[in-house]
Amino acid sequence: MAHGPATLADGWRAYISRWVFTTNHKDIGTLYLWFSFSMFLLGGAFAMVIRAELFQPGMQLIRPEFFNQMTTMHGLVMVFGAIMPAFVGLANWMIPLMIGAPDMALPRMNNLSFWILPFAFAILTSTLFMEGGGPNFGWTFYAPLSTTYAPESVNFFIFAIHIMGASSIMGSINIIATVMNMRAPGMTYMKMPLFVWTWVITAFLLVAVMPVLAGAVTMMLMDINFGTSFFDAAGGGDPVLFQHVFWFFGHPEVYIIILPAFGVVSQIIPTFSRKPLFGYSSMVYATAAIAFLSFIVWAHHMFTVGMPIAGELYFMYATMLIAVPTGVKVFNWITTMYKGSLTFETPMLFSIAFVILFTFGGFTGLMLSIAAADMQYHDTYFVVAHFHYVMVAGAVFSGTAAIYYWLPKWCGKMYNETMGQVQFWVAFIGFNIAFMPQHFLGLAGMPRRYADYGLQFADWNMVSSIGAFIYGGAQLMLLYNVIMTIRNGKPTTEEKTWEGAEGLEWTVPSPAPYHTFATPPELK
Amino acid sequence: MDCSIASALSHLRNSTRVEIGEPKAMSVDASNRRVVVKSLFGAAAMFAFAIFVLPPIYDLFCEITGLGGKTGDEYTAVDVRVDTSREVTVRFVASNNASMPWEFRPTKDKVVVHPGEPTEITYFARNTTGEDMVSQAIPSLVPNNVADYFHKTECFCFENQPLAAGDQADLKLVFIIDPDLPEGVTSLTLSYTIFDITDRMANPLAQLQ
Ligand code: HEM
Ligand SMILES: [Cu+2]
Repeated sequence: MAHGPATLADGWRAYISRWVFTTNHKDIGTLYLWFSFSMFLLGGAFAMVIRAELFQPGMQLIRPEFFNQMTTMHGLVMVFGAIMPAFVGLANWMIPLMIGAPDMALPRMNNLSFWILPFAFAILTSTLFMEGGGPNFGWTFYAPLSTTYAPESVNFFIFAIHIMGASSIMGSINIIATVMNMRAPGMTYMKMPLFVWTWVITAFLLVAVMPVLAGAVTMMLMDINFGTSFFDAAGGGDPVLFQHVFWFFGHPEVYIIILPAFGVVSQIIPTFSRKPLFGYSSMVYATAAIAFLSFIVWAHHMFTVGMPIAGELYFMYATMLIAVPTGVKVFNWITTMYKGSLTFETPMLFSIAFVILFTFGGFTGLMLSIAAADMQYHDTYFVVAHFHYVMVAGAVFSGTAAIYYWLPKWCGKMYNETMGQVQFWVAFIGFNIAFMPQHFLGLAGMPRRYADYGLQFADWNMVSSIGAFIYGGAQLMLLYNVIMTIRNGKPTTEEKTWEGAEGLEWTVPSPAPYHTFATPPELK
Repeated sequence: MDCSIASALSHLRNSTRVEIGEPKAMSVDASNRRVVVKSLFGAAAMFAFAIFVLPPIYDLFCEITGLGGKTGDEYTAVDVRVDTSREVTVRFVASNNASMPWEFRPTKDKVVVHPGEPTEITYFARNTTGEDMVSQAIPSLVPNNVADYFHKTECFCFENQPLAAGDQADLKLVFIIDPDLPEGVTSLTLSYTIFDITDRMANPLAQLQ
């Protein structure tokens, strides 16, 4: 294909083949991003069903059985289908550009790791239409709810998780190989942009813990189908073991979600502060420290299972320790902005909101890490509010910032700044209206994962639902903005879309040509 | 899962389309392969760790700490010295797993014993259904740091309990409280949960775990 990638003008067959067989990191990045956005809308639709049902007390729209499937599928689709693939997509697009590599190290594996994902989610989603319904045991799928009491479709769920795990592991290996072997001459490790650093560390986390998730679902599979009793007390097993195995995966998983988001924000804040990132090396070490600590705190999700006091204390202090490297990061972002010549374009607005709201979520995390207090907070809406502050205002805001920041580089068109800022404010306000009241609900004792609630919770639930609808609308605006940029955006050919931006990705033309850095760039 | 990775691996040999000079490209290819092999090895090791290492160390951990209230296996009484200066109240609790219809209860709510003294009590079980069934009782003891001091010389829980339709039985338990029971512990609660394992007995793989 000397003339570059097939376009629709070459006929739809050629066009489809291009996307199906592509090994180009930019194509695959694009596929990941669109896929993740479509999953984001699907998971968002589930969330709208949940919030519509919770708009008023009493059962209005759906049956409780279906409500349980909605909360479960919302969590699974958002975590594994929307957030994780979005950052893998960004990694595919940006890592080779940032380290001056012509492509990812293992392009065919890259193709495979993307294309198995749609199958995984097709299988997962199809369970909703099966007899007995889809997974209804929560995104944490605690046994024996997910084994002895699971719907028939649980085997499809397990299969889907296996595929997602394989995809993530392949994607991670690719990133590790790319960063280790494909850096342009002179691009030493300590010169790599922070987004690249956070991603390699994340990739190591993924290789370490996705197999543990695969192990957990495999043990479920055997308990369900082959008569073993890993998690079945009747045969000498223990349901609490499931929680240990799950959270041994699950806690590193939440950092898998947030570390690349840290990376994105660490790229954007210096650009719009027109200052280099403050404390680059401390950022790298803090990221590594967070990754390490994430392996030794998992039982803070299990304070109520009946641990001995020594265990409670250990997991409490270890969890609080994570606040230290996290604090280092927040401090560095703020110091980068301090005395900078700041401008507030859309990516910067999302990044600043990230810093504020993520820090807020970190504080509620600290409240939850106090073992004695967690007895009250556990499994209430307070936890729901906590993790939406860190995952939505954290990962999703950072992902949105990344889209606005790099979209001109990807498609050579500038988004409409006014529309971008309007979308930001709708998202910011909608988000806080949706999730701030959930703190109050949780503190007042409203348990999570129920289709109905007591009358005393009615007002804040209505507020929360209204906020959720606004926030959902903001995502449609994002989609609109992206499509309008691609179709009608003002062309921009400048290499450096943002005058304050630094890095190799801003040395190639916009839109980034199909092949970049066929000859490695010169580094000063 | 592993096969999809393996098939990806088989493509790797000629996968790197790096166009940065021949000798360099060769070595990049080789180091990529090294990364893939090492990472896959690491991933496989973590998978094995989750299935084959975590459950046994969890069990071991519970056994050492008495966590989860699991009581020990059959105990052979050694050189009993009864400590008549202490009295310990042992309470008995019974519960049925959700899918278990049997009638199941201790014949006494509690006994007061001296450490070192063998005590026999019974649980009453009746198969209230019209079908032959097999049950398994799973013990749990609180406070959980005393599991090491609660010895059972005979217990129906060491085996499963088959009962024909409509049959009933008194299930026997003999225990000794260790005279070394920590000071300050004056009462223990022993609970049994009874599970229906009829299906499991028919399953040829039942003994796997
Ligand atoms: C300073 C940092 C943090 C601390 C101290 C912290 C602490 C905690 C604690 C103690 C819980 C358990 C609450 C309970 O179930 O009772 C929890 C739940 C959770 N956290 Fe965090 N957290 C922190 C950051 C994060 C981040 C960065 C993420 C993800 C991006 C995250 C995601 C979650 C999720 C998803 C749950 C709930 C899981 C569930 O039960 O469904 N947390 N956090
Ligand atoms: Cu955690």
